[in-house]
Amino acid sequence: MSLHTLDARRLLCPLPVIRTQNYIKNLAKGDSLAVICTDPGAEHDIPAWCRINGHRVIDISSTEEEITITIEVGTLV
Amino acid sequence: MNKQRKAVALISGGLDSLLAAKVIQDQGIHVEGINFFTGFCVEGHTHAIRKKDQKKVKRNNSLWVAEQLGIKLHILDISEEYKDVVINPRYGYGANLNPCLDCKIFMVNKARDWMKENGFDFIITGEVIGQRPKSQRKETMPIISRDSGIDDRLLRPLCAKLLPQTLPEHEGWVNREKLYEFSGRSRKPQMDLAAQFGFDEYAQPAGGCCFLTDEHYSSKLSDLWQFRGERTYELDDIMLLKIGRHLRPRPNFKLIIGREEGENKFMQGYRKMFTTLRVDGHAGPMVLLDGKADDSDLELAAQITARYSQGRSFDTVNVTITDTQGHCREMTVTPMPEQSILKEWYL
Repeated sequence: MSLHTLDARRLLCPLPVIRTQNYIKNLAKGDSLAVICTDPGAEHDIPAWCRINGHRVIDISSTEEEITITIEVGTLV
Repeated sequence: MNKQRKAVALISGGLDSLLAAKVIQDQGIHVEGINFFTGFCVEGHTHAIRKKDQKKVKRNNSLWVAEQLGIKLHILDISEEYKDVVINPRYGYGANLNPCLDCKIFMVNKARDWMKENGFDFIITGEVIGQRPKSQRKETMPIISRDSGIDDRLLRPLCAKLLPQTLPEHEGWVNREKLYEFSGRSRKPQMDLAAQFGFDEYAQPAGGCCFLTDEHYSSKLSDLWQFRGERTYELDDIMLLKIGRHLRPRPNFKLIIGREEGENKFMQGYRKMFTTLRVDGHAGPMVLLDGKADDSDLELAAQITARYSQGRSFDTVNVTITDTQGHCREMTVTPMPEQSILKEWYL
């Protein structure tokens, strides 16, 4: 199990979701991915994408400028 | 035991695709969704960067629809390949720069590729005959099926009974009798069906999902092509067309003027790509200068920038102009009077 980071800053949704989806394709179940975003919409969309695709959001933290969403990869299909 | 048949649904996030997927799901078909990112999608989030819109729910409607249906959603970035659809549409444009028929053919073709790669059996869309003047007409539906290469594996559950039988119906994977015969621009049949399914919340009952159908947006894209001298664009170009006021006071440059704090903040991210202007000592917009500008142009740009700042009633204000290398210069200018900003400058 390993921790990865994805820089999705300056991207407007749905691009942070697309980048997350594409990055996760190359990870294994149990890996973690921290996605750093600046679009406030990502805080809603990435968890929604995780819920419908079987992944788990384990942490969301934000500063004035950035939101970091940490995902635990679930079963991949 | 019968094989579990699988359909891929084109999910725009609107009501029709939600209903089409639900109708097929209820016939025991395994459904997964595809949503395409073209760069021109009308996204709540593009507006969400504007402070005044921040009370709106920030959600991606296609993801929300997938959640309501309990299906997986695959979002595909087709923005690069989509350029050719926008720039060279075989079937032309609609009322604005919307190449709706070419767009639908392209998307169904992409969905067909996905269907084959992932072992799915057919495609469903929420199309309704007569719903859209350019692409959703009885005579365009066979064109979409033919030109996309999907042929009889494209099922439109909401108007299937008005169209020839498709393979999923012929093979008995779906029951044609349980499909619909909606047509025309009325939304009532869809709203009634939504109520029947228990969907009391859904997005844009009759709205478009693409900025290219917007007259104002299309005129800005036309301007971009005209003054660039070629019909090309990058993703940043089309993103910036969604943001700020766009003014072209002279043919060689235009200004993108932030309308509020959220846009100003977003535009900061472009300061290494454009010359920027900001008024010192007064609240005001972030301004991007797109084009080539000499000193006289910069002075005009600074006066316009000052006009949109809180310093507009002062005799003079200082404007900081920063080039793409980060080199700053300051210019003292008189804010331009309102009547001197010509209507034809606005794009």
